[in-house]
This record gives sequence, structure tokens and C-alpha cells, in this order.
Amino acid sequence: MFSNSKISNIIGKLKGIILENKLKIYLIILISAVIFPIITDNQYYIYIGVLTLMYMILASSLNIIVGYTYQYLIGFAGFFAIGAYTTAIITTSYEVNFIFVFLISGIIASIFALLLGIPTSRLGGIFFAFATLGFGEIIRLIIINWDTLTRGTFGIPGIPRPKLFNFIINTNTNFYYFALLILLVQLFISYRVINSRVGRAWLSLKENSEAAKAMGIKIAKYRVLNLMYGTFWAGMGGAFFAYFTQYVSPDTFVLDEGFRIFAMVLVGGMGTLIGPIAGSGLLTILPELVREFARYQLIIYGIAILLIIHYRPQGLFGAKELAQAKVEEKK
Amino acid sequence: MATILKTDKVCKYFDGVKAVDKVSIEVEEGIILGIIGPNGAGKTTLFNVLTGMLAETDGKVIYKNKDITKLSPQDITNIGISRTFQNIKLFDHLSAHENVKIGFHTKTKTGFIDAIFKTKTYKNDEQKVNEKGIKLLKRVGLAEKQEILGQNLSYGDKRRLEIARALAVEPDLLLVDEPTAGMNAKETRTIVELLDKLNDEGITVIIIEHDMGVIMNLCDEIVVLNDGNVISRGDPNYVQNDPAVREAYLGKGAS
Ligand SMILES: Nc1ncnc2c1ncn2[C@@H]1O[C@H](COP(=O)(O)OP(=O)(O)O)[C@@H](O)[C@H]1O
Ligand SMILES: [Mg+2]
Repeated sequence: MFSNSKISNIIGKLKGIILENKLKIYLIILISAVIFPIITDNQYYIYIGVLTLMYMILASSLNIIVGYTYQYLIGFAGFFAIGAYTTAIITTSYEVNFIFVFLISGIIASIFALLLGIPTSRLGGIFFAFATLGFGEIIRLIIINWDTLTRGTFGIPGIPRPKLFNFIINTNTNFYYFALLILLVQLFISYRVINSRVGRAWLSLKENSEAAKAMGIKIAKYRVLNLMYGTFWAGMGGAFFAYFTQYVSPDTFVLDEGFRIFAMVLVGGMGTLIGPIAGSGLLTILPELVREFARYQLIIYGIAILLIIHYRPQGLFGAKELAQAKVEEKK
Repeated sequence: MATILKTDKVCKYFDGVKAVDKVSIEVEEGIILGIIGPNGAGKTTLFNVLTGMLAETDGKVIYKNKDITKLSPQDITNIGISRTFQNIKLFDHLSAHENVKIGFHTKTKTGFIDAIFKTKTYKNDEQKVNEKGIKLLKRVGLAEKQEILGQNLSYGDKRRLEIARALAVEPDLLLVDEPTAGMNAKETRTIVELLDKLNDEGITVIIIEHDMGVIMNLCDEIVVLNDGNVISRGDPNYVQNDPAVREAYLGKGAS
């Protein structure tokens, strides 16, 4: 039987190796991701690839919120839904360039985040979690009941394919590269924001809000900005979902979906950009590998979370451990 | 000399406990003021009220002729008052350098757009926080430890880092709460020298301290608190010989 410390040691050593060869490993992952649709022509695999990338976008969005400021946004699926419905409503009524639709979907999600953030920014931990849980459900109820806009439980079908000049993004492979592009842009932008005055302010709230105040950092403002930034990408993820599946309905955005994305962030590790990528990769692909057990998907998630909490509370690639590994390197 | 800070009958009560009770003090610009008193005298609470971390029960705080009583801690930092904490409050999982960088928040401007496109503002800000940050770490003797996480620093180094971080906001008035607590004689001396030098450079300092050696060495003026009240004030010599002070300390059996 493995002891906790033994497993932690093994993961720690792996981490050391990974850290030393960080750039090489990222490059290998990136190249594999790029050539994946070329080496397989199995449409189903590529389809799973698209979903995996979409969850990576969503988990990375949530991680910016949970992992960098400890705001436990349980109602995350609500913002995903807002993005998806914005896209569905706009594209089924007007012909608008898809880049614009994506931005609008992100911005509308951000505006809702602002409305949610202002009254809740002073709530700590569990109260914030409950308030946002309620928010996610309210969004779903609005979608179901405001049927002149959303067609209620019927959902909105017939979302057209995105078109760039004469090129239509249509096949699974097209969408795969499209999602990969969004993810890379998102990671690039998040990396820059995190490593700036704004990102440092976020970290300071998470680390010690009293000290942050003493440094003149406006806590509520930076919490809300963080929420708006993370949900912007959730809205973009929603737009992608709508374009990809060409159909949105309230069933997609149940609480489960929020928890699924939460699980990805937890398992992969909060507060690092790579953590949620690993988490969503693992938790999307793993259940597919054991498809006979598809019915037990939620159980797999549950077990993954329990194992992580027991053996590695900071997640596979969580921030705390990464930071410590850096110090040990120097010693 | 002008008055930099004035309190007018400042009170802070915690359900019946009069932690700070009608405290009126005046601080001349450019001096080092010591605040002493037995444990529980209300020294830290006074700092918390001055910096807006606690709302006063009554009274007024005037800084540079401006009523700052109702300002938020952030606004108070913005107008030039900075502090350290008795129970050290660092950003534990961030490096010493990152800790100080965060201190420059109010002195930099980078927003989302600047960060994403690496505008001139971003570049200037990053250069500033990197270079000045290292300079501050050097000043407090932490240059070689800039990559070490806050939580992994020694006790004395943590206190030093807090001072460096407090200086990053470029204050005119620096409040330090027991900066030498837990330090040996040699470490204590470096802190005394540092505070003295900062004062020479024009920063007004208010120091809460138990070490009488430090107080006598450093302070131009001393205020003695006991049970939330000012029981004595004056230059070090006067205060040391004030019978009221001896009684307060002997009565509590402390120091
Ligand atoms: N947040 C608080 N809530 C209730 N009582 C407090 C609080 N902070 C301080 N006190 C009380 O106020 C008094 C003064 O405390 P403090 O200012 O910490 O003293 P000192 O710094 O001089 O040792 C003490 O009796 C303490 O118990
Ligand atoms: Mg105290």
C-alpha cells in the first residue's frame, strides 16, 4: 500500500523533471495537439478532441477565478449558457461576422458577471459560492421561462456555421483547429495578464486580503474584474459550443456541467495555467477510454476528486507545489 | 515644524472593552515617535484605526490638515501612510521579490490592455517594480533571498520584507508595529539603523516597540498608552522618569 508521502514524492519528482524540461514538454504537447487530426481520420476521436479543447477553454476560464482569487464560482455553467444563448439568438436572427459574435458573447457574460459581482464581492468563501449557485440556477430558469427570446425548453436549433470570407468552418477538423486557436489565444492573454500588475493584485487578494488593503489594492474592484475576465472566456466557450453543436437547450447547462468543469480545475490543480489543461484533458479523455462505464461518468469524476483531495489537495499541477519546487531548485 | 498627523479623541470600543479611549496625539513631521505600553494597552488597535483597517467608535484623524477618519485603508495608503503588522501579514506563497512588487500597486498603472499588448505603460511599470523592488530588498538586506517564498523566510527576514513592502508605496508616514519582535541583538540593530536612515531621508516614523533600548535610541518623542489612554508623553528622558509610567508597567508586572 502506498503511503501519502510516497505518492506525493513520486509526483514531486515527476514535477521536478517536468519543470526542468518545461518548454520542451509544452512544445511536444502543442505539436501532438496540432498533428492529432492529421494522424487520425477517425471522426469520433476528432470530435472528442474538439470537446476536450472546449473543456480546456472553460476550465481555464474558471481557474482564473477560482485559482487566482479563490472566488468559488459554483454557478459557472450559467456564464457558459449566457455565451451560448447570446450566440444562438444573434446568429439565428441576423447575419453577423462570427468574430463579432464571439466577442459579444464574451462581453455579455462579463456584464452579467459585473451584475453578480457588485453585490457579492464582499461575501467570503462559502457565501459567495451559494450566491453564485443561485445565480446559475436563475439563469437556467430565465432561459426556460423567457420563451419569446429563448424558445424555452425547446431550445434553439439551426445555428449557422461560422464563415470567414468564403471559408466555412464546418468539419470536426475545422472546429478542432478553431478551438485550439481560441485556447492558445486565451492562454497567451491570461499569461500576460497574470504576470502583470493586475495578476499580482489578484494573487494578493488570495494570499492575504488585509495586506492587499494595506498596499492600496481595492479588493472589491479586483474581485469583480477577475470575475469579469474569467467569465468573458466562459462566454467565448459558450459561443464556441453553440457554433459547434448548432443547437442550444437549457438541458446542457445544468449544475452538473458546472461541477464537471470545477472537477477539472480541482483535479488538474488551481492557480497555474497548465493545471486545468491537464485536468480537463484527463477528465474528458479518461471516461472515453472506458466507454463501457460511460454510465458511471459522474462516479469517475467523484473518485478522481476524492483521490486528489486525499493524495494531492493542490491538484496534479497546483500552484502551491509548483512554487515550492521552484525554491527547492535554487537551494 | 508642521504637524503631519493628529488624532482628536479617537476611541475604539469592542463591546464594552475600551481598547482605545479618547486618544489625542500630535506627530511632528520628520520625527520618530515611539508608542509604548503594556500588552493590551491599545497600541495595535490605534494603528488599525489610523490606517482605516478598523472603523473608529468616535473621534477624528487628521493627516496633513485633511480629515482622513472615514477613508478606506486603500485611500489612506494612497495619500502616503504605510504600515507593517505585528502579526506578520505577507503574501506567503509568493517570493520576496513578488511581495515587494505588489507593494508598488498604487505607484503603477498597468491595466488589462497594457498587460495584453505590453504597452509602454506596462514596460515602464515592470521595469520600475523590478528594479526598485530589488533596490528595496537590498536596503533591508534581503537581496540574496529575493526568490524565496514569504513563508520560507526566517522570522527576522519576514519582518524585514514587510518593511520593504511598506516602503514600496513610497510613504511619508511609516507605521511599524513591533518591528524587532523575535529578533536577536544584531538583527535588532540593523532594523534600528534602517529606521533611522529612512527617517533621515524624510519619512516620519511611528514605532510600537517593547525593547526599551530601541525606543530610547531611536525616538524623538514617546507616547505611553495604558488601558486605551495616553498616560504620559514627552522626550525619552522625561517618559522614562515619569512615575505614572513606572506604575503602569509595575502594576501589570510587564517589561
Ligand atoms: N478585533 C478585536 N476584537 C475585540 N477585542 C479586541 C480586538 N482587537 C483588540 N482587542 C482588545 O483591545 C485591547 C487592545 O489590544 P491591542 O490594541 O492589540 O493591544 P496592544 O497592541 O497594545 O498589545 C485588548 O484588550 C484586546 O483584547
Ligand atoms: Mg499590539
